[in-house]
Amino acid sequence: MIPLIGEEITRHGWIMQEEFANIVAVSQMTPGPIAVNAATYIGFKVAGIWGSAFATLGVSLPSFILVIVVAKFFEKLSNSKYFEGVLSGIRPATIGLIAAAVWFFADMSIFVLNEASKLPLWLENSSAGSFFQTIKINPAALLIFLVILIGTKKFKLHPIAAVALSALLGLLIL
Amino acid sequence: MDKKSKFKRALEVFWSFFKIGAFTIGGGYAMLPLFQKEVVETKKWLTEDEIVDVYAIVQSVPGVIAINASIFIGYKIGGIAMSIVSALGVILPSFIIILLIAPILILYNENPYVIKAFTGVRAGVTALILLSAIKLGKKVVKDPFSLILAATAAAIMLFTDIGAIWVILGSALIGLVLQGYRRKDQKE
Repeated sequence: MIPLIGEEITRHGWIMQEEFANIVAVSQMTPGPIAVNAATYIGFKVAGIWGSAFATLGVSLPSFILVIVVAKFFEKLSNSKYFEGVLSGIRPATIGLIAAAVWFFADMSIFVLNEASKLPLWLENSSAGSFFQTIKINPAALLIFLVILIGTKKFKLHPIAAVALSALLGLLIL
Repeated sequence: MDKKSKFKRALEVFWSFFKIGAFTIGGGYAMLPLFQKEVVETKKWLTEDEIVDVYAIVQSVPGVIAINASIFIGYKIGGIAMSIVSALGVILPSFIIILLIAPILILYNENPYVIKAFTGVRAGVTALILLSAIKLGKKVVKDPFSLILAATAAAIMLFTDIGAIWVILGSALIGLVLQGYRRKDQKE
């Protein structure tokens, strides 16, 4: 969806390509659906508070109509054996998609040692640092991953607390 | 339900989705663990099976996954009226936060401290989604057929440029065909 938004706003000349890259970055860093964040921001830039309200409405309304139609179908079809067949295919595929999402998030935090997730300064110039550089793992991010994993699994850490704790740990050790 | 308790219910739904919207960083998949906690475990509005179906469906519908899921869950809780409430709840925090802090954040989005906190959140969210995937996977992946489908779907997403919608459509077709065969077997 983000590339589509980019195409549309540059076609209208509302916002420059370079600023758009910043908007996407900020939309990913702020809470909530990324597309809503981007729409709100761009709408505000173009036409103030009403602009952001209508941009958000615009990005949500098609979803709304489609999902309600699908949800109604879903109710109607829920007794159909064939629909049950369709679901028996989609459900495992969904688990696969969620598993792929795990990898994408890991790739942007634990694995890649690019600008966004380079080694922490306290590790960079040690021999351990060059080891982690070779295996392309950021040990500090890996540690945060493990803390949240164990905290949630063993100590029933609430996901909201987990997000806050991850941000704090990121500030401290990354 | 009388009018008063309906209103109370709507407020409860709104507040739940407001919290979810305010604390999800990273989009639709990052929202899944929060839905599981709030909607399934705490409020018991939906079962775990239903959450799997919600995610199965919303990924096959165009639009924003997080909003699609909120609308669908709201609809399941209390029809169209409730789906408006849940959608507003999940959108509003974004809206407020963007209007308040985005103008500041856009100046600092390359600030090392902002990046550190953000990368930390991604690492944490990796763990949360992994746990969700395992929990839901245990419910869904029960035979070799579903295991192969799940693994193939993940592999296609990771190693090809094929979009999620095609993965969903393909798996729907496979499920339908296999169901047809199963029915035939039963008849014979």
